[in-house]
Amino acid sequence: MTNGYVNRDRRWHPAALTPDYKTSVARGPRQAPLSFPTTLVEETGPVFGHEMLGRHDNDLIVNFATGDGMAIGPRIIVHGQLRDEFGRGVPNTLIEVWQANAGGRYRHKKESYLAPLDPNFGGCGRCMTDAQGFYEFRTIMPGPYPWPNTMNDWRPAHIHFSIFGQAFAQRLITQMYFEGDPLIWRCPIVDTIPTREGIESLVAPLDMARTVPMDARAYKFDITLRGRRQTLFENRMEGL
Amino acid sequence: MVQPLDHLKESPSQTAGPYVHIGCTPNFSGITGVYPQDLGHEMITGEVSGTPIRITGRVLDGTGTPLRDAMIEIWQPDAAGLFNSPAETRGRADPNFTSWGRAASDMVTGEFAFDTVKPGAVPYVDGRLQAPHVTLWIVARGINLGLHTRMYFPDEDAANAADPILTRIEHQNRVRTLIAETPGKGHYHFDIHLQGPTETVFFDI
Repeated sequence: MTNGYVNRDRRWHPAALTPDYKTSVARGPRQAPLSFPTTLVEETGPVFGHEMLGRHDNDLIVNFATGDGMAIGPRIIVHGQLRDEFGRGVPNTLIEVWQANAGGRYRHKKESYLAPLDPNFGGCGRCMTDAQGFYEFRTIMPGPYPWPNTMNDWRPAHIHFSIFGQAFAQRLITQMYFEGDPLIWRCPIVDTIPTREGIESLVAPLDMARTVPMDARAYKFDITLRGRRQTLFENRMEGL
Repeated sequence: MVQPLDHLKESPSQTAGPYVHIGCTPNFSGITGVYPQDLGHEMITGEVSGTPIRITGRVLDGTGTPLRDAMIEIWQPDAAGLFNSPAETRGRADPNFTSWGRAASDMVTGEFAFDTVKPGAVPYVDGRLQAPHVTLWIVARGINLGLHTRMYFPDEDAANAADPILTRIEHQNRVRTLIAETPGKGHYHFDIHLQGPTETVFFDI
């Protein structure tokens, strides 16, 4: 039987108010959140079928391209395992990703950076984990870009990840960074994460063993979701 | 020394940023031809039991300005109180109801909308019934960790008064931040306040 999900460690995640990331000042809640044990509401969640995926959903190099076109930029494969805090693979769950193009430009009407759009790059993709929680997609290396915060802040190259898991309690959005990028340690958004160890857990190493020779390099990015408790003993919920 | 526990830490959250729509609602953001439609666009996929309702709302920042770049997801049971989820073990949910919806705030007005059904009641961990409600999850630029909250119904006074979560709120004058308004029959409006004297109660769940 299950006994709910392990509490989120809120000292490990970014706080709501992180003034160096200015937008959080008017948008981060100030009151303490209400804590309670996960119920059926949070222990269930949407699950999508593999049949939902289109043939090129996991290939950002071609999924927006026209004809024989391909996105411009260093070709990479991103792969890893989705697992929970107890190390169990999280199978058959949807991962959605989005990113800037190789010049650091997003395809979005509110984006005004002068770097050009790539006509063959949309910037979104998705894939499902397999029976053991492994996933893989192909894309181009996103570029770093400047953003309005102080007068000279630059985002390190990154890919956004949206992950469902098996319960709404596991729902998570985060970002993947690339090994060796000096901008990681200068970014106010990265710096919302309280510990160096936490930041490093979002930095993907180059994985030469998984590169496709003469074609694409690989980066390995493992993702951890909240763990589901499992015990033989019924939770009596005393004191609640 | 003791044995190491070897548990892993959850991956730290990072903000969804201003371009969350590219990844999660690409058709809404103008990126067409990649996915046939945006995921979560429709919650009712056929003839469905229960009362159809429309939920609208806004997410407002500490200055009272509506967010125009937020993404909102809702999760709720069907009219019988069952979730469309493999983790639902009490029975089979209405096959024409997905339980899950996703909407972007309008880029001009900031309003979001869901067409869904009025949810049934679901038990709490101790067996007491929770009042009918819809779970919401809010992400946006400037929000570092997705925000969980719930919308309860203004026409469920008795159930709300006995709800295990609403009664757990220390400052009872904040309970009203979780109860929708009804501008019309079958229409519920729920404004989410990120800060200020009417800050919505958010959940550490």
